[in-house]
Amino acid sequence: MSAHAENLIHDDAPGHEGHGALSENNFLGLPNIKLAMWAFLGSECMFFGSLIGTYFFYHGNSLGGPLPKDVFSIGITSISTFLLLMSSVTMALGVDAMKQQKPLTARTFILLTAALGATFVGFQVFEFHEFYTEKHLALSTSLFGSTFYTMTGFHGTHVTVGVIWLVIMSILITKKKLVPGKEAVNVEVMGLYWHFVDIVWIVIFTFVYLLEFLK
Amino acid sequence: MASILDFAAAQKPIYHQERPSKTGLLDWLTTVDHKKIGILYGGAGLFWLMVGGLEALLFRIQLAKPDQHIFIGDTYNGLVTMHATTMVFLAVMPMIAGFSNYFVPLMIGARDVAFPRMNAFSWWTFFAGSLTINASLLFCGAFPAAGWTGYAPLTTSEFSGMPIDFWWAGLTLLAVSSMVAGVNFVVTILNLRAPGMTLMRVPVLAWMMLVIQFLLAFSFPPITVGLILLAFDRTFGTVFYSTNMGGDPHLWQHLFWLFGHPEVYVLILPSMGIVSEILPVFTRRPLFGHHAVIFSGVFIGFVGFGVWGHHMFTAGMGPIADAAFASTTAIVAIPTGVKIFNWLGTLWNSKMTFPTAMLFAISFIPMFTIGGLSGMMHASPPLDLQQHDTYFVVAHFHYVLVGGALQGLFAGFYFYIPKISGKMLDETLGKIHFWVFLVGFNVTFFPMHLLGNHGMPRRIYTYPADAGWNTENLIATGGVFLMTAATLVFVYNLLTSLKNGKDAGSDPWDANTLEWMTTSPPPVHNFDFTPIVLSERPLWDHKYTPGFEIPVPEKAEEIHMPSPSWKPMWVSASAGVIIVGLLTFNGVLGIPGWPLCIVGAVGVILSVYAWVSEPV
Repeated sequence: MSAHAENLIHDDAPGHEGHGALSENNFLGLPNIKLAMWAFLGSECMFFGSLIGTYFFYHGNSLGGPLPKDVFSIGITSISTFLLLMSSVTMALGVDAMKQQKPLTARTFILLTAALGATFVGFQVFEFHEFYTEKHLALSTSLFGSTFYTMTGFHGTHVTVGVIWLVIMSILITKKKLVPGKEAVNVEVMGLYWHFVDIVWIVIFTFVYLLEFLK
Repeated sequence: MASILDFAAAQKPIYHQERPSKTGLLDWLTTVDHKKIGILYGGAGLFWLMVGGLEALLFRIQLAKPDQHIFIGDTYNGLVTMHATTMVFLAVMPMIAGFSNYFVPLMIGARDVAFPRMNAFSWWTFFAGSLTINASLLFCGAFPAAGWTGYAPLTTSEFSGMPIDFWWAGLTLLAVSSMVAGVNFVVTILNLRAPGMTLMRVPVLAWMMLVIQFLLAFSFPPITVGLILLAFDRTFGTVFYSTNMGGDPHLWQHLFWLFGHPEVYVLILPSMGIVSEILPVFTRRPLFGHHAVIFSGVFIGFVGFGVWGHHMFTAGMGPIADAAFASTTAIVAIPTGVKIFNWLGTLWNSKMTFPTAMLFAISFIPMFTIGGLSGMMHASPPLDLQQHDTYFVVAHFHYVLVGGALQGLFAGFYFYIPKISGKMLDETLGKIHFWVFLVGFNVTFFPMHLLGNHGMPRRIYTYPADAGWNTENLIATGGVFLMTAATLVFVYNLLTSLKNGKDAGSDPWDANTLEWMTTSPPPVHNFDFTPIVLSERPLWDHKYTPGFEIPVPEKAEEIHMPSPSWKPMWVSASAGVIIVGLLTFNGVLGIPGWPLCIVGAVGVILSVYAWVSEPV
């Protein structure tokens, strides 16, 4: 390569080393999978934005009860919210352990995260059951029933997908198919997803549940 | 000019795969090669273009004369609905996906996309979706007939039957496919550029593809949500769109058009990119205002998310919302004007040649401008109130989408097919195609401006003889036959060229960008060595600017290519089973749906597990 060409590249192109395998090729210095997750989370923002937007578009338009205030029990939901927030802590510790080349510690934290996530989903199932049988709120009862169950249901589905993902990751770590070092980024990306799902819940809990009780 | 494209001297690369590629049909089913997936997308797009065109031909025959009763009622509505659904989602979008798949990695000097198996997943999910939408003809004997916009509550079970279930199910699959493809290509274009290819050296077509991938990733979720709510209403008895439960018809319109307007830019920006690639090649000069063209495309992408309300001026959003959306819509004229003037600047006083690709690219400019100008009229709420749901609107968006998007894609076909097949298309047939299509297109759609101004509404299957619409309708129908004939000439040209076409060589047009530096068709690994990009027009400067030769490495590169895989198809098929399960949840086809949902969900989990465990 001529010196002229060298100059032209080094003026403009940051950090370029090997470009053999596809996975090594990255122009922005950010792993492909991480960039993909950020783009996907942007897309997910629009998804949950639409669902939460629909909830507020119809807020107060229900023709009959029960109304949000009649069904929410902040105490129980606070506990499940707390557990989900704690799962973000264990997730972060898992990502960190993986980066420090401690796959077994990482697996413990990942399984703990999955357990907390599953408990959250359990709380949600309990909540839905309670609303349906005790408070007589069904999907077809009112706009509130439709929007509430759909919005929180899709969030719960996302948590469930996350739990399945966490379990698959811990299996891969056990089978040594996922080794620390280069593949630690896979755990980190899972962490991004998990934190995102957490943040969506913070938005839902704050705006859907808590604001209901604001005078 | 020396025989400077002599890269054959470069060392042949050592390239290997974990598992070898299969041959024949198996290869096409398991391929993760962006070029093969591009051909699949493009072929599917052309097929559905024929089908959508046939649907249009049928309902134009119905409209040729007043008081005809050939296709009436729901048959007519079904043809109109499927014409638009097919053209937007199954013809133009996959053709764009085809160009994006085939050429984006080549243009940026990459070996494949960032996630080749995810790419195959997008294709198979698209394939499943396209079949699902049209399957309603097989299972219900009718097409969905609520218009391509599917306005709820018209699409709820109270007003629409089973075909709409196929419509939402198929569209949901297409939405997933597009969203995944969007994420994949955003990463590809940002991260897989060849060394030295800074953002401003990315070819304009690849840039426009980058913009639309963001639009795909961010605009499809709202319609996905809208479709899910519709599916829940029809299947689980939710009341989102049920007006007697307090539901508001605005909800669907907002969700649909928040997707629908960015979607319009998804359809047009790639054609603008193609034109921006073709004009410089045949004027033999750089694109005038290269950076301005890129930035205006990005700007159109951003503004595209803030204009959806102009589809709803008659829906009663209130004067403040109307005014806001009118202003944002008017702003779109600025970046679009920037592009048009830059194209004119490129053409101005140049020594042009006129192969068919160039003819289509040039005629794109005035035809698109006509559509753009009538679009600006609709930005004004008072004018829009007059024109809403008349044939004037039909004329407007066909000038944009046929005169604009489709002509741009035709230009792209004539320009790029030699790279794909290694054979040139016939120029005489090409010119016949061009002129007949251009005349036919104007004969069809120009009279619709007049029809609209004379008050003819859209989506009516016939009209009385004394309404004063007879002549224009007859002329318009005549034009459709010309367009049909032209398209058949194109297909004939395409098919015969594969056999009889002249050999194209790697660089038949003496072009500017990297895709022309490799053989036609390119090898599996695209480039024998990773090109290093030194300027905005790397290949042109390689040929004509001393000191800018693309350096050839001394030792052979080792290339690892992704292995073919069944897993993407498994995941798509499992996702399809879930959707079919939802579609038949209440046992409408005689099979209970919920077991299918469970089978599909388990299938997704297992095949994803197999996917991540598989060595690539």
